[in-house]
Amino acid sequence: MNPATPAERQDAAPSYLGGETTVASWLGTLDHKRIALLYLFTITAFFVVGAVAAALMRWQLAVPTADLVTSDTYNRLFTLHGVVMVWFFLIPSIPAVLGNFILPLAIGARDVAFPRLNLASWYIFVAGGLVTLYAIVVGGVDTGWTFYTPYSSTYSNGHVMVMAAGIFVAGFSSIATGLNFIVTVHKLRAPGLTWFRLPLFVWAIYATSIIMVLATPVLAITLLLMGLERVLGVGIFDPRIGGDPLLFQHLFWFYSHPAVYIMILPGMGVVSEIITCFSRKRIFGYPVMAVSILSIAGLGFLVWGHHMFVSSQSVYAGVVFSFLSFMVSVPSAIKVFNWIATMYRGSITLSTPLLYVLGFLALFTIGGLTGVFLATLAVDVHLHDTYFVIAHFHYIMVGGGVMAYLGGVHYWWPKISGRMFPEGIAAFAAVTIFVGFNLTFFPQYLLGYLGMPRRYMTYPAEFHTLNVISTLGALVLAVGYVLPLVYLTWSFFRGAPAGPNPWGATGLEWQTSSPPPEENFRETPVVTGPPYDYPPL
Amino acid sequence: MSRFLAFSGAISGWLPTASSMAPRVDRVLRDLLAAGSAVVVVLTVLTLVILVRYRRGSAASRAPSRIATWKIEASWITGTAIVFLYLFFEGAGVYVDMERIPPGLPEITVVGRQWMWDVRYADGRREFNTLHVRLNTPVRVVLSSEDVIHSFFVPAFRVKQDVVPGKIVSTWFNPTRTGTYTLFCAQYCGTAHAQMLGSVVVLSPGDYATWARGGLLSAGGTAEARGHAVYRRFGCAECHEDPQGRRAPPLGGLYGSLVTLADGEQLRADDQYLHDAILLSPRYRVSGYALTMPSYDGIIGPSDALDLIAYLKASATAPLAVQP
Amino acid sequence: MNGPSTPSLPAAYGDFRQRDLANHLGMWAFIATEVLFFGGLFLAYVVYRITYPAAFAAGSHTLDFWRGTINTAVLLTSSLTMALGDAYIKRGNRTALRNCVIATASLGVLFLAIKASEYHEMYAKHLVPGLPFDPQAPSPLQLFVFLYFAMTGLHAVHMLIGLGLMAWLLRQNRRGRLTAAHHAPVEMFGLYWHFVDCVWVFLYPLLYLIPQR
Repeated sequence: MNPATPAERQDAAPSYLGGETTVASWLGTLDHKRIALLYLFTITAFFVVGAVAAALMRWQLAVPTADLVTSDTYNRLFTLHGVVMVWFFLIPSIPAVLGNFILPLAIGARDVAFPRLNLASWYIFVAGGLVTLYAIVVGGVDTGWTFYTPYSSTYSNGHVMVMAAGIFVAGFSSIATGLNFIVTVHKLRAPGLTWFRLPLFVWAIYATSIIMVLATPVLAITLLLMGLERVLGVGIFDPRIGGDPLLFQHLFWFYSHPAVYIMILPGMGVVSEIITCFSRKRIFGYPVMAVSILSIAGLGFLVWGHHMFVSSQSVYAGVVFSFLSFMVSVPSAIKVFNWIATMYRGSITLSTPLLYVLGFLALFTIGGLTGVFLATLAVDVHLHDTYFVIAHFHYIMVGGGVMAYLGGVHYWWPKISGRMFPEGIAAFAAVTIFVGFNLTFFPQYLLGYLGMPRRYMTYPAEFHTLNVISTLGALVLAVGYVLPLVYLTWSFFRGAPAGPNPWGATGLEWQTSSPPPEENFRETPVVTGPPYDYPPL
Repeated sequence: MSRFLAFSGAISGWLPTASSMAPRVDRVLRDLLAAGSAVVVVLTVLTLVILVRYRRGSAASRAPSRIATWKIEASWITGTAIVFLYLFFEGAGVYVDMERIPPGLPEITVVGRQWMWDVRYADGRREFNTLHVRLNTPVRVVLSSEDVIHSFFVPAFRVKQDVVPGKIVSTWFNPTRTGTYTLFCAQYCGTAHAQMLGSVVVLSPGDYATWARGGLLSAGGTAEARGHAVYRRFGCAECHEDPQGRRAPPLGGLYGSLVTLADGEQLRADDQYLHDAILLSPRYRVSGYALTMPSYDGIIGPSDALDLIAYLKASATAPLAVQP
Repeated sequence: MNGPSTPSLPAAYGDFRQRDLANHLGMWAFIATEVLFFGGLFLAYVVYRITYPAAFAAGSHTLDFWRGTINTAVLLTSSLTMALGDAYIKRGNRTALRNCVIATASLGVLFLAIKASEYHEMYAKHLVPGLPFDPQAPSPLQLFVFLYFAMTGLHAVHMLIGLGLMAWLLRQNRRGRLTAAHHAPVEMFGLYWHFVDCVWVFLYPLLYLIPQR
């Protein structure tokens, strides 16, 4: 995989963007690359919906006793924000967009294992999304994205069933995508591409897919049972007939904790690709990095009870879950050390993708450390269900996940669009996002420690200043997010044409033209060496 | 280092440490902050140095490091694991003490319902959204919910406990500073979740005595007296004071005793047992009794049920008087 | 290999064997998701059975042991007929495949009919979630009944889907699209049907047998 080999000139075959360009050809495509763009368009729309809800929430929270919206509306806003951002943006983001586009290319395949299933998964996703949007439009749901019973099953008067149905349907899209990727990685690797020659992005997508396939069905059954309880009036979570509301929490978090690893592992894969390319160096400790990815995926199934330390679950359970939660933090920490060690004695270029990665490193580290705070039993009793938790998961999912997503989009943008984005404004946007993010969410750590609970639309006056800083930060963050929307769209049509490998990266995806032809490679590549095989510096 | 301590001291200075456990929780938090800040500072400095020194085109040496990779990996894996283990044990230790309720504490019953806290003292006093407690006197708070899950959260005490319908859960604290501290509901519970605030008022012993004398007494006197009224109103004696003793188990001395069920299982008759036996009947078929107790869920309200349980608890040592 | 009835190879595959291996792996992955799906229900059942052994024993007594047992035999036989069908088509015997699929489907229909009669009996005994329960019944009995209907209902939904897939298989067979060389759909469906059977093999003792002890 010598990066100096020029890719063949694609003068004969049109790129996947050319050829048939009717709407029907896009909506009926079996090409993983076009499906990736369908997903890109859809999840961006959902991101905007979720972001608008967040903006309204932050506006309300700028003043301690504002009445910008009623309580019921606010409760519906934070539910909408959680549901849309988790299931309709974060979970599909890297896997369904970058995974779909890059994974077959990265392993030298012509497509995924089940192209028709791939297209079906997008339609299922859209169907679930439409049902959820419908639920929002007809009045929304006020249970929070966590749907705790008995509030959700008995007391809430929102459109719980409809929204749960939307999420249920979207879950099958997740399962289908995960299934597709697992089989693709197992069966369609190019000759010579053994498991331990796989780029870490592929490992990350693979591990994520395993989680998607095994965890999502548990969410499905949980929502189904909650829905049945709501509709039939007889429920297994109803304490009045001896049911246990905590059973819902166990079932819900058994899925939802692994779900957060669905949201971060692909980002970790992206980080490894970018950091090696822009340090011109092999990844430090490849086997440990691959094993860490698998450990995070595996251990991630064993820690769900750390969301329930004060729920009245037993003290012994709490101790066990706390211990396991500490254990799952270790591989994540190792990855951060290894990434920094990768840059050591490299030859570093501060391009926009690397700026996003540096932002990821800072924010994921802080978010991960605060996760350790929350895994610590005595401290979690105080911090649980406060703004500390909100800050923690936003540092990981937004500071980590979204930064990695944007970094990956920028990194592979030349491959996807055949054009370069404008570097100056892109770098500016990355820095703006970083600054805005910290302004928005760092004060929330302090708010949480001081005792401000989650899901509060009004609060005691002593929390005012920190909330104002957070809201102003959100304004900056919004600017930062709008910029890529604008310049990436612009560059898709007017950007400078990119060659096959503008970054000079290793990786099979860079061995074909930008954008690639429909069948990806003129000839199936053959792999003869390890990944990230940059020449010695 | 001293600036760091001052900073972290300043943070915890903003939030009062008003219970015996609060300083211990804060100590664990400080250790976490110390470890976390050290990591962040070291990694940030390291990264910045690397970015500058090894930028493309710089003259720094790119020769591969001569230390074996596995040694570096092993050292920081081990280091991380050790630090984590220390923090885990520290946190778990304090947690176990937070959860282990000392025996024999005076009790305050708090019922959470949308969207208020119903506070009931052992002597019958009742108030809403306020707890009065005495300085340096540990109390046990017995929590239950009438509807959805709430959470009893007093940041100044570092106390939080979810309040779950169908369950009776307890927490405890020992207030160590006088003052008025906010009580929040920390588990989303519907429309007015953010308005479900209350106060915990910690009074010096003198002030507390004054309050106790002139405090609010709810109609019906003590919880036990109210519970006795409930007992009579629903005719519990019909079965439970059956002269032949065959209809239902006698209730005098029941609380705290060991009950043998029909399938041989033995249970301790604690608060949860009494609650379930009354409201979730016939969950427990007691050995030796043919009849099944009907469920009083929806018939005896949750407040009345708590009073009834208080009455039965008081009858633990003295037999119930047979009422004419 | 050029007739209209020969399936084509998707672009990503080098040969049919690779595609078949991929199909197999995909099917097993799908079955894994189904295991987790039913698993949540089974977990709920086990948790409550341990908490309320008396009520669950009482609940089990409300079920018809014989109907459950007959249904088990019916379903196991249908797995046999399906396995036979798979063996026959591997030897190119389309007629035998058709007969086996029809037999399997018939047994499936029989299973569902017996189940429907069980449900009707529960309805007659006022043991149906959503309708008022017998006030003398212990409250946690409602949990048993709810879980019984949820578990067997979900299983029945999977069987209905199986019936639909069998109709599709028969249509494919009639059009000559299933041959000794290309019989993957039969094999894949066989796996699915055996899985559905497997779920029942766990459901049956949990619901009908164990609590009666």
